Amino acid sequence: MKRYFPYPVLTGCLALMWLLLAGFTRGQFVLAVLVSLAAPHALKALGEESATVKRWLLIPGFLGVVLVDIIRSNISVVWILLSGDHRPRNSNFITMPMKLKSPTGLATLAVVLTSTPGTAWLDYNSTRGELLIHVFDIVDEKQWIEQITKRYEEPLREIFE
Amino acid sequence: MTTFSHADVPLWAAVVGSAFLLLGAGLTLIGAFGLVRLQSFYERIHAPTLGTSWGMGGMILGSIIIFTSASARPVLHEILIGVFVTVTTPVTLMMLGRAALYRDRSELNPGVPPETPDDSFATAMVERKEAPSHSEQEVVSQRP
Repeated sequence: MKRYFPYPVLTGCLALMWLLLAGFTRGQFVLAVLVSLAAPHALKALGEESATVKRWLLIPGFLGVVLVDIIRSNISVVWILLSGDHRPRNSNFITMPMKLKSPTGLATLAVVLTSTPGTAWLDYNSTRGELLIHVFDIVDEKQWIEQITKRYEEPLREIFE
Repeated sequence: MTTFSHADVPLWAAVVGSAFLLLGAGLTLIGAFGLVRLQSFYERIHAPTLGTSWGMGGMILGSIIIFTSASARPVLHEILIGVFVTVTTPVTLMMLGRAALYRDRSELNPGVPPETPDDSFATAMVERKEAPSHSEQEVVSQRP
């Protein structure tokens, strides 16, 4: 099984992408299946390990939390940019501990933190398990760290580890 | 691929789609405005993410609504644009951010957190000191 489907998620995504671009017809479906079965073997040559998802059921909830947070932070950053510099803004770096080790989990966290305006992922030290981020407007540093740990890191560890 | 004319789009879809399009374009504009106005590099990095998150999201939703209502079938391939923009933004952002961090640290600019020493590197250095290599011993013994 593993020999023919080295990356099952990639196979599914490729087939879906092909159908979205080329149209949902019977002929394109055959092509999509052929391409999505063959292409992952090229990635296998790179020796990437396949991502292991332990708990699929947690993914929709996590995506919901992320989507709401992105909307919220969009509003707050727009507010800060438009209201000008009336209020002193504390824009600074935060170094936070990171127990998450799975590469896929870390990549997902990077996407989440980057997509959220107001937080930017800068550096990660895997030996020390330390993440350096830059936050646009820090009200309470402890609260920020706790929020990222509770809302993103812990669900990601449950999903991937 | 069929072509569309504006007459195919029902009024409600035109209104809702345009609203999303304006929302997305507006957010992207505000982000660009912030990029110009903010002072430091690390603050500036935050402004364009408005355009890559809901700025892009609004435009995609507007496009999906208008083209789906104009044709008989759902038009969803815009989602792919969203997925690829979202997944690739961190790559450029991290590269820019780490380059700036590296420069600020090597120029000893204020306001940047100092580099934390790497544990593995530190222990490797300690081990080297405890057990000097063969060549080093030779150099020491050759001295008068």
